[in-house]
Amino acid sequence: MSVLILAEHENQKLKPSVAQLVNAAQCWKQTVHVLLVGNDLAAAAQGAAAITGVASVMCVEAPHLQHPLAEDVANIIVGMGREYSVILAAHSAFGRNVLPRAAALLDVEMVGNVVEIQAPATYVRPIYVGNVFATVRSKDPIQVVTLRASRFDMADIGNNAEIVNLAPPPASAKTRWLSEIRNQSDRPELGSASVVVSGGRSLGSAENFESVLAPLAAKLHSALGATRSAVDAGFAPNDIQIGQTGTVVAPELYIAVGISGAVQHTAGMQDSKIVVAINHDPDASIFQMADYGLIADLFEAVPALTAALP
Amino acid sequence: MGDLMKLLVAVKRVVDYNIKVHIKPDGSNVELAGARMSINPFDENAMEEAMRLKEIGVATEVVAVTVGTAAAQDVLRHALAMGADRAILLESADVLEPLGVAKLLKILVEREQPSLVLLGKQSIDDDTCQTGQMLAALLDYGQGAFISTLNIENGEAVVTREIEGGTEKIAVALPAVLTTDLRLNEPRYVKLPNLMMAKKKPIQTISAAEFGIDVSPRLALVKVADPPARKACAMVNNVQELVEKLRSEARVLP
Repeated sequence: MSVLILAEHENQKLKPSVAQLVNAAQCWKQTVHVLLVGNDLAAAAQGAAAITGVASVMCVEAPHLQHPLAEDVANIIVGMGREYSVILAAHSAFGRNVLPRAAALLDVEMVGNVVEIQAPATYVRPIYVGNVFATVRSKDPIQVVTLRASRFDMADIGNNAEIVNLAPPPASAKTRWLSEIRNQSDRPELGSASVVVSGGRSLGSAENFESVLAPLAAKLHSALGATRSAVDAGFAPNDIQIGQTGTVVAPELYIAVGISGAVQHTAGMQDSKIVVAINHDPDASIFQMADYGLIADLFEAVPALTAALP
Repeated sequence: MGDLMKLLVAVKRVVDYNIKVHIKPDGSNVELAGARMSINPFDENAMEEAMRLKEIGVATEVVAVTVGTAAAQDVLRHALAMGADRAILLESADVLEPLGVAKLLKILVEREQPSLVLLGKQSIDDDTCQTGQMLAALLDYGQGAFISTLNIENGEAVVTREIEGGTEKIAVALPAVLTTDLRLNEPRYVKLPNLMMAKKKPIQTISAAEFGIDVSPRLALVKVADPPARKACAMVNNVQELVEKLRSEARVLP
C-alpha cells in the first residue's frame, strides 16, 4: 500500500506545502505518490519529482482542470484512492473543499487540520478554535487526512521521481467555473509569508492602517494582515483577514499592532514562531500570545520601529 | 427548477462562541455540563441567507433541521424565530461524526427534496469543516463550499467562494449543497416576540434510528488537552530594545 498526496500548485509552481506533506508522509514507511491535477503541469510535476521521498508523480491534465473543481478532483482521487492506505492534502481552502468529498465517496471519515501525527493512525488536531487539542485514532481502512502543513518541516530536494500521466475523467456536469479574483498585491502571499505585520482596530482608519503599517511591511518584505474587527470597521480588505474566519498564518515573525488578542484572531496566528505585540493596553490578551511585548502608542512605536530597521 | 423552491438549512447546537470550554480533570473530553449552548454561528448565516431568498421571492419554504437529542430543539426554535416555516429534529443520542451526520441528512434530503441545502462551513466545537462537502458527495450533488455571495439564476446557484489568495465564482446546478462563510451576511437579531411565537410552532421529531443506517464513529477520542503553552512574554521598554532582542535573541532580523 502507498500514500497519495494531493498536491497544490499555482501559476505552474508547486506550493511549499507539498514538500511538507511528503516529509510528514514518511511516518507511514510506505511508497509516496504525488497527485497533480490541472492544466499545463510540466513545471509543477518537475518540482514534485525533485522532492526526496517521492516515488512517483501522477499528473491528470486537461483544459477543464485549469481551475480544478471539488467534484472533478474528488472523482479523480476516488478513481485511484482504493489503492492507497493514506490520502493526504494540506488543510487549505483547496484541501478542505476537495478531501471531505473524496472521503465520503470512499465511505471513510476524514481527520482534518492535523498538527501532529503521533502514530500512523493517531493524530492531534485543534478543536474549539484551538483552545483544546484533541488526540484521535482512526479505525478506517483508508486514512484521509488534511494537515496544517506549516507544522511540518519540508522534505529535502534532490530526487528524480518518475512522472506518470493519467487520463482525465470527463468534466463535472454539475458545476461550472466562471471567474476568479486574485488579491492584487506586491507583498508576499499572506498564507505563506515568512514575516507578517498585522493591524487591529486601534489603527482607527483605513488611511492610518496603510500609512502606519505599509512602510514597516515594505522594510520587512512582509505580508500585511488584519483582525476581523479591523476588517469589519472598513480599515482593511476582507482578503487579508487573519483568524478563525480568515487566513491561518504561521510565519517566522508575526508583528501584532494594536491587536487586543481575541480568540477569533489568535486562532489564525498561534502557530507563528516569534510573535511581537505592540499595544497601549498592558492588559491586552495578545501579550499572553507574544514572545516580545511593547506597551506603547502604536502611532509612535511603529514609525520608530520602521526607522530603526535597515 | 420550478417556481416552488424549498430550502433545507442544517443547524447545529454548539457551545456558545463566547464561552471558553474547560477540559474534564481526567482529560477524556471537554466539560459541557452547564455550558451555555447556542446555534453554530456559521449555521446562523445559512439560516439568514435562506430567509433572504424567501423574502425576495426566490424561495417558497424554509425547513430547518438539526441532528441530536431533544435539547437540540432550542436551536430549531432559534431557526423558527428567524423565520423558518418548519423544523425537524433528527433525534439521536449517539456520538456523531461528520460522515454519520451527512448520511442521516442525505436520507432527509431524499424525503424532503429541497432545491438547495445550506449549512455553515464548519461548527465551532469540533471545527471539522466537512459535513456539507460529504453530504454533497453522498447525494451526488454539486457543491459550493465557503461561500460569501449567492444568487439563484436559471436553475443554478451562482456563488463566490474562498480560494487561496482570493475568491472564485462558480455556478452549481440545483439541487446543490452550499456551505456558508461568516462574510455571506449579517444574521438578523432575533426579537423576543418572534422567539415566543416560535415556541408555539411545532417541531417534527424523527428518530434517526428509523433510517436504519450505521453511523457508528470511525474515530476514537484518545484524549483532550490544553494547547502547548507559549513561554512567557518578554516585555521590552522601547523600540531599540525590541530591535536588539529580535536581532540577537530571536534572530529573526538581519
